Amino acid sequence: MANIDSERSPSAGSDILNGLGRAFTKTWQAVAMPAAAVLVSMGCGALLLALNGFNGWDIFTVMLSGVFQDTRSIAEVLLKATPLILIGVGLCVAFRCSIWNIGAEGQLYAGAVATTAVGIAFPGLTSWIYVPLVILAGALAGAAWAAIAGLLKIYFRASEIVTTIMLNYIAIIATSWLVTGPLKDAAAAYPQSARLLREAWMPKILPPTRLHIGILIAIALAIAAYIFLFRSSAGYAVRVVGISPHAARYAGMSVSRNILLAISISGAMAGLAGAFEIAGVTFRLYQNISPGYGFEGIAVALLANNNPVGAIFSGTLFAVLRSGSEIMQINAQVPQVLVSVIQGIVILSVVGFGVYRFRSARPSE
Amino acid sequence: MDDIVTLGFIATTLGATWRLAAPLVYASIGEVFSERAGVLNIGIEGVMLVGAFAGFATVFWTGSLALGLLMAVAGGALMGLLFGLFTITIKADQIVVGAAMNLLGLGLTAFLYRTYFVSTGRGVEIAPSLNLPGLSDLPFVGEAFFRHNILVYGTLLVVIAAVFILHRTSFGLTLRAVGEHPKAVDIAGRSVALYRYGAVLIGCSLAGLGGAYLTLGHSNQFVEGIASGRGFIALAVVVFARWSPIGAFFVSLLFGLFYALQLQLQAQPALHIPYQALQALPYVMTIAALILVRNRVDTPSMLGVPYRKG
Amino acid sequence: MGATPFLRMENIHKRFGPVIASAGVNLEVEEKEIHALLGENGAGKSVLMNILCGVLSPTEGQIVFKGSPLRLGSPREAIRHRIGMVHQHFMVVPNLTVAENYVLGHGSPLRVIRDMKQVSTRIRELSHRYGLDVRPDARIHDLSVGEQQRVEILKVLYHGVDLLILDEPTAVLTPQEADRLLALLRDLVADGKTVIFISHKLDEVMRVSDRVSVMRDGKVVFTTRTAETNPRELARMMVGRDVLMDLPRAQTSPGRVVLAVENLSCNNELGLPAVRGVSFEVRQGEIVGVAGVSGNGQSELALALVGLLPAASGSIRLNGEEICGLTSSEINHRPLSHIPEDRHKMGIVLPLPLTENVILQRYDQAPFSSRGMLRFGEITEHTRDLIRRFKVKASHPGEAIQNLSGGNQQKLVVARELARNPDFLLINQLTRGIDIGATELVMQEVLKQKEKGKAILLISTELEELFAICDRILVMFEGQFLGEVPPDRARLEEIGLLMAGNREEAQRLHNRAGAIEA
Repeated sequence: MANIDSERSPSAGSDILNGLGRAFTKTWQAVAMPAAAVLVSMGCGALLLALNGFNGWDIFTVMLSGVFQDTRSIAEVLLKATPLILIGVGLCVAFRCSIWNIGAEGQLYAGAVATTAVGIAFPGLTSWIYVPLVILAGALAGAAWAAIAGLLKIYFRASEIVTTIMLNYIAIIATSWLVTGPLKDAAAAYPQSARLLREAWMPKILPPTRLHIGILIAIALAIAAYIFLFRSSAGYAVRVVGISPHAARYAGMSVSRNILLAISISGAMAGLAGAFEIAGVTFRLYQNISPGYGFEGIAVALLANNNPVGAIFSGTLFAVLRSGSEIMQINAQVPQVLVSVIQGIVILSVVGFGVYRFRSARPSE
Repeated sequence: MDDIVTLGFIATTLGATWRLAAPLVYASIGEVFSERAGVLNIGIEGVMLVGAFAGFATVFWTGSLALGLLMAVAGGALMGLLFGLFTITIKADQIVVGAAMNLLGLGLTAFLYRTYFVSTGRGVEIAPSLNLPGLSDLPFVGEAFFRHNILVYGTLLVVIAAVFILHRTSFGLTLRAVGEHPKAVDIAGRSVALYRYGAVLIGCSLAGLGGAYLTLGHSNQFVEGIASGRGFIALAVVVFARWSPIGAFFVSLLFGLFYALQLQLQAQPALHIPYQALQALPYVMTIAALILVRNRVDTPSMLGVPYRKG
Repeated sequence: MGATPFLRMENIHKRFGPVIASAGVNLEVEEKEIHALLGENGAGKSVLMNILCGVLSPTEGQIVFKGSPLRLGSPREAIRHRIGMVHQHFMVVPNLTVAENYVLGHGSPLRVIRDMKQVSTRIRELSHRYGLDVRPDARIHDLSVGEQQRVEILKVLYHGVDLLILDEPTAVLTPQEADRLLALLRDLVADGKTVIFISHKLDEVMRVSDRVSVMRDGKVVFTTRTAETNPRELARMMVGRDVLMDLPRAQTSPGRVVLAVENLSCNNELGLPAVRGVSFEVRQGEIVGVAGVSGNGQSELALALVGLLPAASGSIRLNGEEICGLTSSEINHRPLSHIPEDRHKMGIVLPLPLTENVILQRYDQAPFSSRGMLRFGEITEHTRDLIRRFKVKASHPGEAIQNLSGGNQQKLVVARELARNPDFLLINQLTRGIDIGATELVMQEVLKQKEKGKAILLISTELEELFAICDRILVMFEGQFLGEVPPDRARLEEIGLLMAGNREEAQRLHNRAGAIEA
């Protein structure tokens, strides 16, 4: 086939212009398009409110002023942002490897259970040992729960979408069994576990608010995940496997090993989210410890274009929405679940605006 | 055990099996259509919720079961249109859009329910059982097969219709080809996109109907997230059934049996099984089903792949 | 030639973005003839025929069919004009039965299919009439490739055609099947049909066609009666008289054996034998070419050499070490480089920047990685160096490789592989889809490697490429090497005959040439 290559002739002047143009395009894609997606979603949310007889604008102002009312309310936002950022960051890694882990919710429960079990079992440990121990237990449990789906995918070609969702239900049901059975606090009337030993509680960073050290760990891990994905050899392999399994094999990478690695990392992050909820917020295991953070994390990752540092911002944004929706519910009787609608629309807008350009070449074993 | 497994127990369990399988039958046969055309819709859980809510709300306000079912189908189809717009026309990733559909379905129905119904607490009248004279009174079989409502019997109709459409009409023939070799369909002069829209609309309409069964044929109430994973289980049913409507019917029955056993055994405190273990049964069996079907030769080759002309 | 030929394609142009597939083609076909369309891979034959059967629409030009202008919007319209095509990649749906495939797309979409019995009866009748063994109720995926092709041909006949186009029909057939097919084409013409037959196998064209047109670079360069030409002339026309370039070649005497392959066999993805017991050696300082029509086992041979396809039997020694059975990762740590055939699928990762494409196999090796971290300073420096040395036109090392032209992508791949300083270099399709300038550059670079004493195996479907740089050429046909030929343009026909699987004729030609020389 006769081929006419359209070669460009670079010159010094156009180089600088090109550079500026590139920087502009990058900024546009990283900031403006997600922002537009959020605006569209908020607009749709407002429209939905208006159609159902609420005053969208009033609610919006009430919401914002409520969310940023005082230190306590801001601390509450960050408290909610912590699990969202953690899960979103983990999913960035999984999605970059084209692994559709929809099971962060279950992995969060697995982490919460492990943290509880460890956190009530060893009296006499000092905080310096006990807090890292319960956190580690949560992360490992989350990773192990996710790895089940990874192994099922590798050895039985079972779609991780279905298996992770099923593992969600199983984890939630198992938790319900644990708090009514083996882990039930004998003294309590309600199904709940005993309280974590004091030494296992995560330190607070902004007393008298409930904000604990978890938010700082989440941000640090987001940056670490960014470095892993984009600066380390192992992260590079994860990305190549996610984009092109053929090229990965050509390069001598093991597709299976990277799939397992990516899904375990995302599971560990979700497990951490569960650990932090227990060791930092509730100090007990309950039946419904997560209001759907695991599913919200999907929107967090996608809005961030699977960039872990971006997930810090998108996670915080969703936390603001979540806090705001609680305020809406109290002050304006607007059902809080509006948040899920907005998340759904955020994902669709992100897809529609083409922010989510990330190639989804699925491994074709 | 002797006092538990009686004829009566078996008859009740069989009857419950079919009833509990019904929503799965609708949703999974719908998904068979969609996946046969190459479109993987993991959002049917959300679509079922929309159907469940639309049916419930319509019957609540109008009292008409027929209108309720119609609105459930329409609600499902509307979700299908949205899904098709993003996956077929915009060619976005089907999994990402499916995840969005689930969030939308869950959020939208819960929002509307809490806005309009939560304070009423009132249910609707569910579809009445059609007692077939003579047959319903038969011992054993009557209980198991002839005391159901129209939506349960409807599953038979859907299976037959699905087999007929897929295997006896030109539409079905082309639809099966679209998921396997879209280029051949294109060259034969049919629009791949149109057929995929058709398949997705059928799939989502049926998922809507399956959702409506939950509020209009099973319980008389809408509850947030009432589908409780049936949409996802339906995805596994389709794989286990190897993309066949008849297979989907029987695999759904199998899962119906798990649900029925779970309910029946929960009513037997003598067994000392924690009820959560039974509750988890359908979900564990779903994973087991995926492990069992290692051989995926029947998977439509172009499942999940957007078609680009030329 | 009559005043109004059966079919006339005038000045057909077709562009895909910057790629010109048809550059003003003129083609005339007479009624009731077998017209062969001959040309190398990428000469534009398939594109032209896809235009004729309504799959593609031309950018420019017109078609006159049976005396009136033909404008086709879709393949269905072509069928209405009784033009049918058997595509190289079959257009039969694997999960349907034969009969179902025949009714696909016909009649109202909403109609109930009730006439399958009649369809089956007609299929049986037709299959009997043309001696094509086709069972109407067989499922396509249960059929062999040869059977699928019969289904495809009969499908076109079923819908009724006056003009039948076959795109490389024998490429997928065994010689016996091919013979039967060629006989069938004769029968069809006797039945009043006109056949256009795309091929690049000279012997078939000579045997079956009435007239032949040769395509090269998107144009028909030559048309003649088959009786008035010979394979030698056709081969020359096909490859092009003008020599692509004359690269100065240093005479190196081959050194020690670097790669020794013995009796290597392997199966393709479908589990069918693709490479059947090949043995060869590549020595230091020599470039060994592998010629052949695509699909004769070259791709599998390449993948097996680098551990991406398991070998069924045989041995591969690199510097005396057995590497057969090692994983691709282990082989990546040996002094071996591989320029893959399908750049986009395997050689590069399109959305990633140049820097991250340059380290594809060495992402975890020094100097690009240290203590698990990528060293972007080193990587960028190395990328810049490759860009400069291979004159890759890219605005900066961080640019996504998908923004580069095919030629520049290939230059970067070649640069990357040569930079690994291998003892053995495996190249599958060095210049596919790239422009002249890039071709010349990468060829020169490969020659430099040879002078440095590297052992190089070049697999190519482009004879010109092999002639330009190889020291000897092995001809591959159906998974085996049929012979070895020096890269002498005078022996082009001999290579062509071997590529077509015609060993005897090649041998005869060779003996005669030898006799004349003597």
